[in-house]
Amino acid sequence: MKDMLVQVEPLIPSLRRYARALMRDRTTADDLVQDCLERAVSRWHQRRDGSVRAWLFTILHNLAVTQFRQAATRGRHMPIDDAGERELASAAAQEHRLIYQDVLNKLARLPEEQRAVLLLVAVEDFSYADAAKLLDVPVGTVMSRLSRARERLQQEMEGTAPGNVVELRSMK
Amino acid sequence: MSQRPITEDDLHAFVDQALAPERRGEIASYLKDHPDAAGRVAAFASQREQLRSALASIADEPVPAELNLSHIIEGRKRRPTRAWMAIAAMLLVGIGGFGGWTVRSLLQGGSNGLSALAQEAAYSYGVYAPDRVRPVEIRASDSAELTQWVSSRLKRAVKVPDLSTSGYRLMGGRLVATSHGPAAMFMYDDDQGDRLVMLTRPMSSGSQDEPMMPHAAGDIAGFAWADRGMGYTLVGQLPGDTLKPIANEIRKQAGPI
Repeated sequence: MKDMLVQVEPLIPSLRRYARALMRDRTTADDLVQDCLERAVSRWHQRRDGSVRAWLFTILHNLAVTQFRQAATRGRHMPIDDAGERELASAAAQEHRLIYQDVLNKLARLPEEQRAVLLLVAVEDFSYADAAKLLDVPVGTVMSRLSRARERLQQEMEGTAPGNVVELRSMK
Repeated sequence: MSQRPITEDDLHAFVDQALAPERRGEIASYLKDHPDAAGRVAAFASQREQLRSALASIADEPVPAELNLSHIIEGRKRRPTRAWMAIAAMLLVGIGGFGGWTVRSLLQGGSNGLSALAQEAAYSYGVYAPDRVRPVEIRASDSAELTQWVSSRLKRAVKVPDLSTSGYRLMGGRLVATSHGPAAMFMYDDDQGDRLVMLTRPMSSGSQDEPMMPHAAGDIAGFAWADRGMGYTLVGQLPGDTLKPIANEIRKQAGPI
């Protein structure tokens, strides 16, 4: 278990970041990371060779997907726009906070699978091939989701989506 | 040597700095001549930077106690084993392997009455209470749905007791199978994460009303009683004198509507 501690502990901050960006809600995200770590502990000896980081993200991602499905079958929507306003702890200037908040709100409007790819690639620095393995889809699917995620986020940022335009302008 | 055509994938790989230096050079010179593509690539790169900056602070937060890996490793070594040892002990008692079990009241009744109910509750506790992933099927946030579901399956109006005055929050519940048909299981936890399970189901005609009796196996203790046709039991890894007032509270609240 010693080697596990050494290899897994440094990865917890990035697991939290991915979970929070995916789920938005701090408590939900940390619960998910906790489940992920518990599984990692119990399955440590079953893991195959390869990157521990990719293995942990795979577990975390699969737990998130299960949760999304549960939420979907119960017909509830994630309170995307209200949740998370208080979640972003940042010492940056007010204006920066607003910009950050804005990009996160827009990220939250992407479909989950696009959001996941964008986060894994652009924030967590997984290669396209690793992201594909992690999500259990072909690389081509990763690329098309990435492309759609970026296009859609760009449309949102250019203000074509209603709702955030006022907020954006009042900031300037 | 003729240059490979520039693809959409190349543009993304350029943004993500995932290209070999030679190819990167090719894309860079392509972008010089194609302002539209260059504009998109710049926008994507800016998105990338904004996302990274916006999320950076999360990874800098101190890791909360419940995500402390040493605690998780420690907790795992102890918790499930204890519950399972208790279950194993109960199974042995159930088939008559032990004489002189400390709490004779538990299983002397065989598969009927309160002792059966107590046994079922301990099994459910052993299976679901150590489960970190999905201890309950319907969470407390959907308690109306939970109440409706179990009431319809048990064909009785089931009330979910509120144990907040005892320091326990409802986590949620599920239907569990027993040899006497479906039972409703509700799970609670306190601020330390200690879990309690309450199990209720209709009783057979012989034991419509039974006074509260203690039961225990290993470190799973509990109280069971029957009230106007419904059997109730509360189990947890707590001393009996801690559990009893909570069981009394349930009895007070869970009477027929």
